[in-house]
Amino acid sequence: MFLIPDSVGRFFHRMASPPHFYTFTGRLLPWLTAIFIILTAVGLYGGLFLAPADYQQGDSYRIIYIHVPSAWMSLFIYVVMAVAGAIGLVWRIKLAEIVMISSATVGAGFTFIALLTGSLWGKPMWGTWWVWDARLTSELILLFLYLGVIALYGAIDDKRTASRAVAILAIVGVVNIPIIHYSVEWWNTLHQGPTVSKIDKPSIHVSMLIPLLTMAVAFKFYYLVAMLQRARTELIQRERNSQWVKGLIE
Amino acid sequence: MKPIRRQRLILIGLMLAGMGLAVAFALKSFNENLMYFFSTTEVVEGKAPENALFRIGGMVVDGSVDRPAESLLVRFKLTDFNKEVTVEYTGILPDLFREGQGIVAKGRLSENGVFVAEEVLAKHDENYMPPEVAGSLKMQQKPSKEGSL
Repeated sequence: MFLIPDSVGRFFHRMASPPHFYTFTGRLLPWLTAIFIILTAVGLYGGLFLAPADYQQGDSYRIIYIHVPSAWMSLFIYVVMAVAGAIGLVWRIKLAEIVMISSATVGAGFTFIALLTGSLWGKPMWGTWWVWDARLTSELILLFLYLGVIALYGAIDDKRTASRAVAILAIVGVVNIPIIHYSVEWWNTLHQGPTVSKIDKPSIHVSMLIPLLTMAVAFKFYYLVAMLQRARTELIQRERNSQWVKGLIE
Repeated sequence: MKPIRRQRLILIGLMLAGMGLAVAFALKSFNENLMYFFSTTEVVEGKAPENALFRIGGMVVDGSVDRPAESLLVRFKLTDFNKEVTVEYTGILPDLFREGQGIVAKGRLSENGVFVAEEVLAKHDENYMPPEVAGSLKMQQKPSKEGSL
């Protein structure tokens, strides 16, 4: 490709080869897991012990250290899934399909955590577990999209056909992502507006922001660990009749 | 790029554009229904439905909260810094309910223009800070008028 440096192109080209992907991620996983554990420990300690209480919500606000990174991840993983799906559709790369379907379960998990923690926080703060405002509803639709992706993949026996069908569903669902992000700006919602992504300056004190960003990075690593493990399993399952998988067993 | 791949890429692009357009039109036509609440100005101007349940959102006006003794009745004024609406509510208010705080109330408009609420939800704003910072901000200036709604 014209815009991508040659070395990056070569890296992805090699990663698209199943045996190379399998051995490379096998060596990478312990490191990723270690980084995830360290970042989570640091982030949680910072968020639960070092960060001060909020001027209005007291200690209840600390749920943002789980809720906000989960919600970010739910959007991020969906985009990764859709892009992987598009790559799989266009170039018919088996590994892109595997990354797509392996992301779906992790993304659904993060979406569920975001909805659940938001609900737990909403009861004492707003006075209700759930409201049908634009932000909450669009996030719920995201959960259904993830579940739809997982169900559709499971419903078709031939996994290459299944991947193509799922990729189309994932790409169509991408329209929901900007809706979720901008819902609090386009419409009146009970959910508050953006805190961190505001361009001028985030409306969160820096002592609370640092643990939040640490947790966000930690969750990214968790996603990598969980997704790669799923991808490796899916890969050897699909390639079970090939020479290199037989070589692994011997 | 091979022609077949370019074709598929264009197809995906068209699919995305088509979906985007369809959803944009759908959201545009449902815009009113997607609003979770009406602002006080809209209610005063008569844009809110009459004789029907709807939600109103605004800031609780400083010093307007009135609790007549011997009952759970609360009366307060809501504002969007343009028009004010009086709200009556009988019941327990959420933790974050206080003067100067954004809230959303569900109920109907009575004939004398008072909004009788059945449910009051606190709307948290997007600001997070330690109490000391909030205290020193208050010393420097009156709390900022925007940002809570």
